[in-house]
Amino acid sequence: MPEGDRKIRVLVAKPGLDGHDRGAKVIASAFRDAGFEVIYTGLHQTPEMIVSAAVQEDVDVVAMSVLSGAHMTLFPRVKELLTEAGADDILITGGGIISEDDMEALHGQGIGRLFGPGTPTGEAIAYIRDWAAERSGRANQASRSWEAP
Amino acid sequence: MSTIELKPENQALLERFRAGKKVALARAISLVEDERPGFQDFLHAALETPRFSKRIGFTGPPGAGKSTLVSALTRAFRDQDDEVAVVAVDPTSPYSGGALLGDRIRMNDLATDPGIFIRSMATRGSLGGLATTTKEVLDLMDAFGFQRVLVETVGVGQTELEITGAADTVVVILVPESGDAIQAMKAGLMEIADIFVVNKSDRPGADRLVKDLRLALHLREGEALKDVPAHHGVDLKRMGVPESGTSQDEGQSKGPEWEIPVLQTVAHSGEGVQELLEAVSRHRAFLEESGLLLERREARAAGRVRDVVERELRRVAWDHAGVKGTLAEGVAGIVSGAETPYSLASSILSELLDSGTK
Ligand code: B12
Ligand SMILES: Nc1nc2c(ncn2[C@@H]2O[C@H](COP(=O)(O)OP(=O)(O)OP(=O)(O)O)[C@@H](O)[C@H]2O)c(=O)[nH]1
Ligand SMILES: [Mg+2]
Repeated sequence: MPEGDRKIRVLVAKPGLDGHDRGAKVIASAFRDAGFEVIYTGLHQTPEMIVSAAVQEDVDVVAMSVLSGAHMTLFPRVKELLTEAGADDILITGGGIISEDDMEALHGQGIGRLFGPGTPTGEAIAYIRDWAAERSGRANQASRSWEAP
Repeated sequence: MSTIELKPENQALLERFRAGKKVALARAISLVEDERPGFQDFLHAALETPRFSKRIGFTGPPGAGKSTLVSALTRAFRDQDDEVAVVAVDPTSPYSGGALLGDRIRMNDLATDPGIFIRSMATRGSLGGLATTTKEVLDLMDAFGFQRVLVETVGVGQTELEITGAADTVVVILVPESGDAIQAMKAGLMEIADIFVVNKSDRPGADRLVKDLRLALHLREGEALKDVPAHHGVDLKRMGVPESGTSQDEGQSKGPEWEIPVLQTVAHSGEGVQELLEAVSRHRAFLEESGLLLERREARAAGRVRDVVERELRRVAWDHAGVKGTLAEGVAGIVSGAETPYSLASSILSELLDSGTK
């Protein structure tokens, strides 16, 4: 399979005690219909659970849905744990009830784009596809490195 | 054993795999699952030290509780200090090519235990209840050093029976609602079970199903020698392994016999899980004593070799420049009636075989 045709694997996760799972389910189905392989782990995931699943499933993207207001701690924590696990090449994206200011602040900490209420799912899909295409472009220049801890 | 030179990035991956890094196992699985360049060489290198984990397959209709039961059993194996790997297969959508892999939802209790590794796989068009490369992925998990490797198929009906070629022990999971389906199942799930589990036994109808299953099994035993294939008979035949030595024959000889147990569980409360664990261990002992374990492994090995050869033949055939041309030019002839698919196929085969002998 040529690099460009590789299936995009995405973990859709609901971290914390947040019980709002409609958005996550909408996104998970939209991703599947876009041809992604989506691993959905259900509600109430700790950052540790999310990272352990992301590593084992070798996903390209961790996509989190946060409507609880805890995004400023959850996103950076997942980022930190992924780096510790040697999987910092995974894209972290997500959505939910997150202010523009917070989105920007998180972006500054290495988190990808975040999507608020009312965003058409196609936007997130296009964003992930573009990211994957760009990455495989990079991979063709220098093969993906395995030299993580 | 012959040494093949790996691509440098795969060599680096192999070293980290051998050092027991989970990230490396996960990435090796992707290499194999995507059939990326060099994946067969990687498998060859990784499998050089065979380990032989105990492999258990779980199959049954959609929603029967396979994932919940796999989760409960995995916990029980962990209590015995075994390290456990799980592969859970869910279907790929034929329309979008995407998949929603939800088996992990039932395995959240296991999420952060370092002695457990769970991987979801999408079927990607394969129809046997497993994904195209699930068997190779099980081999990788084995090589990585897990003592137990568990595999859950997609929800199956009568014909998705590939699990028999992937596991030492096959557990077929049914639910009270499957009752009416027993007759229909005779041609499929009935023959591949080493152990039957009636899950959701907290629901009405469970006792009835257990009785029906036992009756069906007894009937089969009584008449089995006439026309009903013994369990695994179906698959061994398909794999071209002589049928002698299947349990059918063992039933007649003095060797140990296996009476297929019918157990009851309530997966989410853990009821009956200990009994299932014991049945799995008993079946293991039976496989070893009867020599059937070796036979199943040999059948599995033969199947794997055949898979590789077929895959390679297919690749060689359709990548062959001459063949491509012959096919492209010939199809018009078929449509106009000058040729048939058989005459064109025959020219292609001679072309391939000739070029092969040069
Ligand atoms: C429905 C709803 C509920 C339902 C949830 C049902 C369910 N199973 O999901 C119920 C009634 C249970 C509920 C309960 C509560 N809710 Co409520 N709820 C809502 C409501 C009205 C709509 C949410 C929704 O389902 N939207 C539809 C989905 C499709 O949209 P979405 O989730 O936003 O997702 C979209 C985008 O955000 C984005 N997206 C989201 N996730 C992701 C992930 C990725 C990867 C990507 C790419 C994109 C993406 O894409 C989606 C499609 O556009 C919102 C208000 C609002 N207008 O958002 C409040 C809201 C979320 N709830 C709120 C609150 C406070 C609560 C409660 C705490 C109330 C209480 N005091 O009990 C409880 C908490 C429950 C719990 N355990 O967490 C607040 C949150 C405030 C905050 N975070 O600052 C909100 C914003 C209401 C408000 N204005 O105060 N709620
Ligand atoms: N009442 C009852 N429900 C159960 C039992 N075991 C599982 N369930 C529920 O049955 C549903 C399906 O369980 P899963 O474990 O996902 O079933 P599955 O066979 O893996 O499903 P697929 O992988 O989709 O084919 C879930 O809601 C479980 O909670 C049981 O013993 N009793
Ligand atoms: Mg399941």
